[in-house]
Amino acid sequence: MTVRVLVAKVGLDGHDRGIKVVARILRDAGMEVVYTGLFQTPESVAVAAIQEDVDVVGLSMLSGAHMTLAPLVVEALRQRDSSIPVVVGGIVPNNDVAELKAAGVAAIFGPGASDEEIVGSITSLVTPTE
Amino acid sequence: MEAERAYDRWRRDYDAAKLRRPSFATMSGIEVDPVYGTPDGEYPGVYPYTRGIHASMYRSRLWTMRMFAGFGTAVDTNRRFREIIAAGGTGLSTAFDMPTLLGLDSDDPMSLGEVGRCGVAIDSIDDVRDLFRDIDLSSITTSMTINSPAAIMLALFVAQAEEVGVARARLGGTLQNDILKEYQAQKEFVFPPRQSMRLVRDTIAFTAAEMPKWNSVSVSGYHIREAGSTAAEELAFTLANGFAYLELAREAGLGVDQVAPRLSFFFNAHIDFFEEIAKYRAARRIWATWLRNHYGATDERSWQLRFHTQTAGVSLTAQQPENNLARTAIEALAGVLGGTQSLHTNSMDEALALPSEKAARLALRTQQIIAHETNVANVADPLGGSWYVESLTDEMERQAESLFAELMDMGDGSMLEGCIRGIEQNWFQRHIAESAYQLERAFNRGERIIVGVNDFLDGNEAEDLELLRITNEDERKQMSRLATVRQRRDDDAVRRARERLATDAAVAEVNLMPALIDAARAEVTVGEMMSSLAGVFGRYVEVPVL
Repeated sequence: MTVRVLVAKVGLDGHDRGIKVVARILRDAGMEVVYTGLFQTPESVAVAAIQEDVDVVGLSMLSGAHMTLAPLVVEALRQRDSSIPVVVGGIVPNNDVAELKAAGVAAIFGPGASDEEIVGSITSLVTPTE
Repeated sequence: MEAERAYDRWRRDYDAAKLRRPSFATMSGIEVDPVYGTPDGEYPGVYPYTRGIHASMYRSRLWTMRMFAGFGTAVDTNRRFREIIAAGGTGLSTAFDMPTLLGLDSDDPMSLGEVGRCGVAIDSIDDVRDLFRDIDLSSITTSMTINSPAAIMLALFVAQAEEVGVARARLGGTLQNDILKEYQAQKEFVFPPRQSMRLVRDTIAFTAAEMPKWNSVSVSGYHIREAGSTAAEELAFTLANGFAYLELAREAGLGVDQVAPRLSFFFNAHIDFFEEIAKYRAARRIWATWLRNHYGATDERSWQLRFHTQTAGVSLTAQQPENNLARTAIEALAGVLGGTQSLHTNSMDEALALPSEKAARLALRTQQIIAHETNVANVADPLGGSWYVESLTDEMERQAESLFAELMDMGDGSMLEGCIRGIEQNWFQRHIAESAYQLERAFNRGERIIVGVNDFLDGNEAEDLELLRITNEDERKQMSRLATVRQRRDDDAVRRARERLATDAAVAEVNLMPALIDAARAEVTVGEMMSSLAGVFGRYVEVPVL
């Protein structure tokens, strides 16, 4: 089964270098990738993820708004009865990691995360554990 | 003119220049010449300016140490500005938060979580008053890094300065106002490209007529490079955008010599030391050649490419962040050896957060060490004549010319059309994304070593730097400031100002600056001005390419 990933930019952050590079890395690893484009809301990401029937949602956040916006994306999905895991990549200080995980973010990739780490983590998220 | 040798022209100008010191020597007392070269070679201050735009370069005046700052509310940023001035900074550069950069008010639902975070929040003239409180706007130059709402920010600045008695003609500074690179790289766009270019045209025409000390556009390669381009792409796309603004102004009836001297440039200083120096040298030569031969400029100031440099944010690492001090120092040195007119050095903590006060001071100190301890400022273009640097300079120029040819083709002979169509057809965006991807692959294959990230990992412990934390408290404070303005202002005046704005926007020939200044005075907010304009111009939605 091919892993399907929605990569998204939420809010006003226009930095799209990382998300485009990661999208290609995921494709190189055999995944199907849908990119939302810029300036999405938590709701529009949740709706797109459900419509596209993806396995994972990846948010790219470099403006410092991750603590506000990433939990809202998780919430928007759960409100729609979706259990799709959400991962976050970008500039996330170590101090924020625990709180993001408590808010339901499945994995966080900080600056310098390697291709293998990102691909491996997403693959394990969609692999049934039992 | 061609009859005079470059050396003789240089000698004449150098001898007439005022110098910082009577003589310049090495630490051991060896007297050094202002520049080294052959009698028939190129010299600084002489066309095509490969070696610098001034005959005496830093012997007359060091570069401007212009530190970029902004966070929280205008009151917070004003405090940082005054610290920078007190620490010996010689120019201010304002960083705005994301909502302001996109023309949204702080109480807009889309602004949630972003207010005051990446820069200062500016909603109305009330914030601009606090931003520049107790700063003498007639004696310090101010740079405003904003693009989609650039015309609005200029209007707010002019209106505020006039309130405190500084006439617009005395204001010195720079508006980034480079909208083309927003679509290409930075992605903070609001209106469609052609409508945005009308606003750029209006600011160019307005400042040409009324603000003789103001630079209307800072044509910026910085963001193109940060988004992942190569050095040659940064060079070519930036200069092509510069040519496009000249053609835009020409369409508005302005002569090339009226506009070109008011364009300045902004380049990245990345970590490949010699390549960066070659890039700056090639930039000057290309600009001079094109301005003179292609655009027919006759004023020497039009041929001289002036530029600001910022060290590469993207080269900084979150791992072992103190290493970033070394990276930034090397990058800053490249900018200086490349002849920059002003410089911003990044702080070591910027891969993690906005700079703390201590980190920002260290970054400024780095420039001061280069300026006052190393003696590198004693000799102009010290690497000129190096076979390596000269060859790289030629190669940069060759690659840029080949990209110009593609753009001119796309635009049927017009660089303005070429740049706009290049955006509409995702040509720039594809180039940049492809180069970014190739760099990432080289990193992942281990062909590119980044110290502390994919090699030399000892010492990668948890961050122990004191980071600047922006809390939601700033967001709440800013919302309440804005609520006060909305409550106290004259609603009729606001309505009239917005109606005039929409009426003026609908007629392409009308310059929008007077209506924007009126609106600023009436305390119309940035978000309101933008939405009045968007009602006429529409909004741009990018079709992304991967």
